[in-house]
Amino acid sequence: MTVQNVLFDAPGPRARARSRVFSVVTVLAGLVLLALIYLGLNRSFGEGSPPLSSPEAWQVNPEGQWAAERWAPFLVAETWTGYIIPGLQNTLTAALYAAVLAILFGLVFGIGRLSQHAPIRWISGAVVEFFRGIPLLMLIFFTMALPLAVNQFLTAIGSDPLPPRTFQVDALAAVVVGLTLYNGSVLAEVFRAGINAVPKGQAEAAESLGMRRTQVLWLIQIPQAITSMMPAIVAQLVVLLKDSALGYIIAFPELLRGFSLIGTRYGNVIPAAIIAAAIYIVINISLSRLAIWLERRNARRGKASAHAAAAPGVQEPPTGPEDPAPAGPAPDGPGRP
Amino acid sequence: MRVRRISRIGTTVAAGAALLLAAGACGGAEMGGGDGGGGGETITIGVKYDQPGLGLDEGGNPVGFDVDVATYIAGELGFEPDQIEWTEAASANRETFLQQGTVDMVIATYSITDERKELVDFGGPYYVAQQDILVAADNDDIKGPEDLDGKVLCSASGSRSANNITEDMGIGAELREAGNYSECIELLSNGTVDAVSTDNTILAGFAAQSPDEFKMVNAPFGEEKYGVGLPKGDTERCEAVNEAITKMWDEGQAVEYLDTAFGETDFAFSEEQPEPEGCA
Amino acid sequence: MEAFLGNLDKVIDGFSWTVRLTLCSALFSFILGVVLTAMRVSPVPMMRGLATVYVEGIRNTPLTLVLLFCGLGINSALGVALADSVKWDVFWWAVIGLSAYTACFVSESLRAGVNTVPLGQVEAARSLGLTFTQNLRLIVLPQALRSVVGPLGSVLIALTKNTTIASVAGLGVQEASRQMKLMFDQGIAPVIPTFIGFALGFLILTLPTGFFFGWLSKRVAVAR
Repeated sequence: MTVQNVLFDAPGPRARARSRVFSVVTVLAGLVLLALIYLGLNRSFGEGSPPLSSPEAWQVNPEGQWAAERWAPFLVAETWTGYIIPGLQNTLTAALYAAVLAILFGLVFGIGRLSQHAPIRWISGAVVEFFRGIPLLMLIFFTMALPLAVNQFLTAIGSDPLPPRTFQVDALAAVVVGLTLYNGSVLAEVFRAGINAVPKGQAEAAESLGMRRTQVLWLIQIPQAITSMMPAIVAQLVVLLKDSALGYIIAFPELLRGFSLIGTRYGNVIPAAIIAAAIYIVINISLSRLAIWLERRNARRGKASAHAAAAPGVQEPPTGPEDPAPAGPAPDGPGRP
Repeated sequence: MRVRRISRIGTTVAAGAALLLAAGACGGAEMGGGDGGGGGETITIGVKYDQPGLGLDEGGNPVGFDVDVATYIAGELGFEPDQIEWTEAASANRETFLQQGTVDMVIATYSITDERKELVDFGGPYYVAQQDILVAADNDDIKGPEDLDGKVLCSASGSRSANNITEDMGIGAELREAGNYSECIELLSNGTVDAVSTDNTILAGFAAQSPDEFKMVNAPFGEEKYGVGLPKGDTERCEAVNEAITKMWDEGQAVEYLDTAFGETDFAFSEEQPEPEGCA
Repeated sequence: MEAFLGNLDKVIDGFSWTVRLTLCSALFSFILGVVLTAMRVSPVPMMRGLATVYVEGIRNTPLTLVLLFCGLGINSALGVALADSVKWDVFWWAVIGLSAYTACFVSESLRAGVNTVPLGQVEAARSLGLTFTQNLRLIVLPQALRSVVGPLGSVLIALTKNTTIASVAGLGVQEASRQMKLMFDQGIAPVIPTFIGFALGFLILTLPTGFFFGWLSKRVAVAR
């Protein structure tokens, strides 16, 4: 029972009538919006186009984006085997590397921020705050320029630049490093909050049993925290996957880059972008569903599946550069009161 | 309970590591060419993947004039076509790729300029392109660069062609920046920009894709000497490349390649070998 | 650092676009976000459906693609110019794209905030005869807003960083990261000091925002 269920009474006859009117208005507004998009992409607006009242304006314009020839390439197997499937493979590869590395990065610095030694706490805090505050695109550009930076530095201090082939950064490495640093520092906050959210009594009880600090952390706190953090972690991984699309800018042959090449080859940039968006939406919604399923599963086991992010004392929920929502999947659509 | 929990974390970590290994194993799945590195029996050549007519990725294999030239030169250097590893060289990373040794050679509409000569060596030129302007087929206002005053011109990220007009020629065109030339073409086709200006070879490639929609104004100006980009300091390789280029023109192969790429367009390509510059 | 300071005018120009993009998109995405939230908790099933489809669709599309649609598709398709000069035209299209995208996250945060309002309050309001709109406007949204100040701050920070994507994706707004990339490419500035300079610029924008919203969220927190 949530607030959105009790905001209004069970509708009576008048409310139902009103609701029907609003429904019709909404549907009409939606249809107008769709028509605008359809007509716009159909090039029905420019000068010299037939008036909207005439049926010609609504027919598929061979020069518009809906022309069959612009979509035909997607019916050819080569388009899929040559661009989309390798692109998807590269996207998933980059996301997988980055996910594992970001979780490691997050564990190291998240636990670092809980350390008893002040310097470790400070350094971890500085690292996390730094990488969380910088745009991912800048991290990727910087990683790409790293060999140049090293050579500039070596020249500046008077030694010879590195011989060629000793140090190179390819596009995959740049994307993975950027994604790791950014998402890792967000995950560090998730881990820190999650560990903090484990009731204090647990750690105290363990200490009173004579466990060392590391034992308390690894045997008592982290195992309990992990289950409650799972949804937040998966939500962050969705962000990571979506952000890997930035690889397109540095010509990393991932999914979006594949669609960009299709657009170049067949002159159908917009249809390619529409299909790319559909693929991303399907992948990301499936991952989000996984997060919800994990949460429900935890809830059934009687675990408080509190979002690490919503734990008291933490001002910020985990955010992504492209996904700043609190990582809380909520059931879709309110039920009836 | 405790033991079970820990073993579950252990399993998770192990599964993660296994996935990472698996990803490593299939990490070689790249579009088109390999991931560089070269060495051994292969040669890694950087070409464009997104320029119709010159270097265009066709479902895994680049095709076009630059690619044909690259294949010929590599053949003269003793590499069979199956020993060539193609890799994408975008405008922004050509110098970096050569300096890092990611590629052995760059043949990617790479103009020879003094600035670039500081960073890399050039063989060739193998072709001299000129700058031209592409407009919508029904546009009769723009006949040359001077007509661009007050018009919107598309500039591709990392390319200087548009700046040649606005800065060097001092013509007051407004620039709209797009990611690459195919985005420029999209903007031109929907009327957001009035013109796209860059090398006539590049424009011809796009014009060939949709001849009814665009036309070149055929008012060439300036010159872009396409060179073969090589890592700095390998004079021997540079000489060999120059010999190969001369042979390619003498045998008539060069014109054949140009004809394959642009024969169906009204682009009047030059059929003379450009003056070699010699290796420094 | 010298080369970086020598190009200070470019740096400042870049960040001025970053700030303008952030402020305008923040305003529009907030308004759209509130409307979407109202639709998502409304009694009309069609409105709930439309808002949910919008949020789920846009939220799961990479921002790069959303901006690509704004830059290459919609602007010319509708034949609307938003400004006389190209510079401002692409700016406004970038604002539309960023707002459309960020509104989903504003709406998600707000909806989570709506759920923190105790049921008793809402029921009490209903028993007093308040209609749905009155209930939302007078009871629920004011409290929900106060409880999501922190998350909205994070949305704003994310938006600040997301403005960098407007420099690519068919729009080419000359904001800060674009200026950094130009300096790298032209080799006019050493990489490490340039990067640190631009990174500091972004931290100057994002860190105080984070602290301010953290402070504000404690200050306006609803005591329960």
